[in-house]
Amino acid sequence: MALASVLQSESVDFSNYGRQRRGFASGLTETELGLESVGGDSLSFALRTSCSNGDGPDRKIEFLHGTTTLAFKFQHGVIVAVDSRATAGSYIASQTVKKVIEINPYLLGTMAGGAADCSFWERLLARQCRVYELRNKERISVAAASKLLANMVYQYKGMGLSMGTMVCGWDKTGPGLYYVDSEGNRVCGDLFAVGSGSMYAYGIVDSGLKQKDLTVEEACDLGRRAIYQATYRDAYSGGQVNLYHVHSEGWTRVSQSDVLMLHQQYQAEKA
Amino acid sequence: IYDRAITVFSPDGHLFQVEYAQEAVKKGSTAVGIRGKDIVVLGVEKKSVAKLQEERTVRKICTLDDHVCMAFAGLTADARIVINRARVECQSHRLTVEDPVTVEYITRHIATLKQRYTQSNGRRPFGISALIVGFDCDGTPRLYQTDPSGTYHAWKANAIGRSAKTVREFLEKNYTDEAIATDNESIKLAIKALLEVVQSGGKNIELAVIRRNQPLKLLESKELETLVTEIEKEDEAEKKKQKKST
Repeated sequence: MALASVLQSESVDFSNYGRQRRGFASGLTETELGLESVGGDSLSFALRTSCSNGDGPDRKIEFLHGTTTLAFKFQHGVIVAVDSRATAGSYIASQTVKKVIEINPYLLGTMAGGAADCSFWERLLARQCRVYELRNKERISVAAASKLLANMVYQYKGMGLSMGTMVCGWDKTGPGLYYVDSEGNRVCGDLFAVGSGSMYAYGIVDSGLKQKDLTVEEACDLGRRAIYQATYRDAYSGGQVNLYHVHSEGWTRVSQSDVLMLHQQYQAEKA
Repeated sequence: IYDRAITVFSPDGHLFQVEYAQEAVKKGSTAVGIRGKDIVVLGVEKKSVAKLQEERTVRKICTLDDHVCMAFAGLTADARIVINRARVECQSHRLTVEDPVTVEYITRHIATLKQRYTQSNGRRPFGISALIVGFDCDGTPRLYQTDPSGTYHAWKANAIGRSAKTVREFLEKNYTDEAIATDNESIKLAIKALLEVVQSGGKNIELAVIRRNQPLKLLESKELETLVTEIEKEDEAEKKKQKKST
């Protein structure tokens, strides 16, 4: 199996594992697993246990499609801003989720989709990046790191992975930003927003980036504002805004601001 | 049966198969590599071809990618396999890392391949040493040598194959900053080194150069002849000078 080759260990037999638990197994179709959309948002999935006789409880798997994450390149690097809410249907499961994964001191990954998928594959990516560094005596480029991740998950295409991540970093060609997802997309760009609140975030960032040459301060404010606005309108985003800045020396954690505090701050500024 | 190793340790710690492979390399025709400032040069001794044989089908200098090439000494058939694998790896690297290989990376890949064959069931080591030259992305010229055991080292100038020792000694004496000051001088140094061991001059030498950001260029026989004549003239002038001074 592809995973075995990545981990270089004996391959795990998935097929029987899926029968007992609510796991994913290759070879089972969607109807057998009982996957179906719940509600109108198609953001969360209900999974019937396959050993139940049809009267077992429907379990919900938490997916972080209900989220807002954004990243954009600017003169002094990359700004990464994320919210911290996790929802299971209309229930807020957590307000304090860490949606930025620190791959290594100069690479960040954001989390949208399945939390386990994102954190697992990005930790695996961190391992590959470190091995690359040791073998080649130089840091891995953002392009190569994102390509490694994209190739890793592509082998599992169609098997139910859910991951929409942005790989952000700084390498010898300057700031790097790639969007990688479990469908196999890998796109280079200057600005990405991912999740249910992404449209609101795009609105703020698109208008804020009109004037060129932002200072670090201004760019951070823009990122913070964009996430705040998204949490204001999107029910599935909220909690805190976690802000990171990636520059030539690596990444720095700029701030963690509670969205309700930001609301009061912005209201006061309006008056 | 492929379950038994062919390369095994001798009681006194030698891997005889590897050493025999190195002997095979010593029987191959000479190849020399020189790392200049803005140029890298590969020269090989051209084996004389039979009357009916087409000359151009036997090439000892091969490109691995736009910016890397290699020459080898030893078993030509083994070399073909190694070169093929290296070429594929150069493209694989471009695909997964979105960057061309560094000369060190591809050398390491070839060396690892060779080492694997000294520690596998049913396989014998590759009977070739390779001189791998090229420029990295940042413009630095590089020259590496690999041998059948799977080790690799960086060199300023080196020779492999028949009479490699003689050529290396010549290079040790004559590789100076002045000798590689210009592209032309570096090329001449390579020719001079080969002339030490090759019979009857320019006809039996094949020379190739890579300049920064340019693909491999094989020197035409006319160019070679001109350079060889130049060298012979310089030699004559040197000898006359020495006679005068004594």
